[in-house]
Amino acid sequence: MLLDLPRRSPAVARLLLIGPGIAVIGLFMLIPLGLMAYVSFLDRGAYGGVVWDQHTVEAYTSFLFERNLDDSLTFNTDYLQIYLRSFLLSLSTTLIALLVGFPVALYMSLAPAKWRNLLVFLVTVPFWTNLLVRNYAWILLLRTNGLIDQWAAGLGLIGPGESVSILYTPWAITIGLTYSFMPFMVLPIYASLEKLDFRLVEAAYDLGATRLKALARVIVPLSLPGIAAGSILVFIPSLGSYVTPELLGGSKGLMIGNLIQLQFAASRNWPFGAALAFTLLAMVLIAMVLYLTRFRKLPE
Amino acid sequence: MDIRRFPGTRPIAWLFFAYLYVPILILIVLSFNANRTATIWTGFSLDWYRAVLSNNDILSAAENSLIVAGAATLASTLLATLGAVGMARRRFKGQSAVSAVLALPLVVPEIVTAVATLLFFILVGLKLSLVTVIIAHTVFCIPFAYLPIRARIEGLDPSLGEAAADLYANELVAFRRITLPLLWPGILSGAILAFIISLDDFVITYFVAGPGATTLPIYIFGSIRMGISPEVNAISALMLFISILFVSLSHILGRVTNR
Repeated sequence: MLLDLPRRSPAVARLLLIGPGIAVIGLFMLIPLGLMAYVSFLDRGAYGGVVWDQHTVEAYTSFLFERNLDDSLTFNTDYLQIYLRSFLLSLSTTLIALLVGFPVALYMSLAPAKWRNLLVFLVTVPFWTNLLVRNYAWILLLRTNGLIDQWAAGLGLIGPGESVSILYTPWAITIGLTYSFMPFMVLPIYASLEKLDFRLVEAAYDLGATRLKALARVIVPLSLPGIAAGSILVFIPSLGSYVTPELLGGSKGLMIGNLIQLQFAASRNWPFGAALAFTLLAMVLIAMVLYLTRFRKLPE
Repeated sequence: MDIRRFPGTRPIAWLFFAYLYVPILILIVLSFNANRTATIWTGFSLDWYRAVLSNNDILSAAENSLIVAGAATLASTLLATLGAVGMARRRFKGQSAVSAVLALPLVVPEIVTAVATLLFFILVGLKLSLVTVIIAHTVFCIPFAYLPIRARIEGLDPSLGEAAADLYANELVAFRRITLPLLWPGILSGAILAFIISLDDFVITYFVAGPGATTLPIYIFGSIRMGISPEVNAISALMLFISILFVSLSHILGRVTNR
């Protein structure tokens, strides 16, 4: 009887329940990721696309070397620089988010209970709004003669007609990335601070600790899991960001995401694009594994 | 001294919330600006909203967005509900691996997913269209729909199911009469989140949408590239309103029913 299936054979029932979701993610995400790794080892076709039976590591060598007309290789740091820039921008974004996010999370966790839910909600709302729109708002603020220029001129900080001009600089990218991903830093730190047993802090005060010392020796160490989770959650999407550098970074502000996109638009070099994406994925997975082994007991 | 106060955190928190909301508010204010130059305020006007609502390109992009978000929400919520029910039964071997697969779309950077999905569609010979967009959206919406449903199941009292079994309900009847009604708020909350995430997605859509499958974010991106304009302000503000409305709805749903 079909109706008795769940009780008679739980394994089959489980398969019928979980199977479809796993199958969809497997077919349209896991297999494509594997395929992408495979394509990165193929030869590019003359007019775009790939040659299926030509295996080569050309995509990976062209990351570091330029092939000259006589087939010799010259060391080329163009792509390496883009990776380095992405890495540094993501790192500074993470640090700024941490420096600002920690006090904010501390303030939230010590706020009266009735306010806390509202504060958490206010932190999450921007996450659910459109990323393009949020970055576009910064164009309005940062562009030449934009609102920040108007305000600065109004305050007499710059002369009329002058500009702060930070749009299309690394500063603009950092502002945009911090703005986009800051909630990911605040929420995990808040979660670990909210669980913190405040009697430990009282004990520190009783033993003569100042506020700063209690913060450094008790509160920060106990919220390390939240700090680590927040840092990972800001760093990973920053490293893979496309929208922010595209809108706020200008032509000299390429990050990994933009370089990847270019391989599928103008350059039509799929193997190289696949190799770049695969490298990015590897970096992200390494960061994840480091985080999991250090800060979380592996599940089961 | 009040040990639960850290001087300095309050102004930082206020500045942080200002930083979070001022750009959004400015965008909304400017969308009502009468002036053509987009950043100089000259007076209140609804002209740009009228312009947006009578622009056929925008309307057809909005229609595409709604079709994609609707279909992806239905599919992902159905898959996520089944998955959450399956995961909540007895523990089994490999459960953490299954959890990891369900969370995979959250971990992999969007640009990587975009590239992989595009290559997959091209290589299996599926023509890029609204269908490919719906498939890609369904995949990354699954974890967003799954998490609230899973949280809801965890909070259910297992004795309810046992009581149903004692009263000779088979599992399907018990599910339909007991579990599902209790699960609805979680399912609805998950569906709303999936809907917003799909509606707002840009990067993956940008890669897998063929010609004629322009969604609102893709239209907005194209317009921003052309330069800022009051129409972009208005359509952006509309997107903000929709997201904020839906996320508030999901939030209220979660709070009312968790009491």
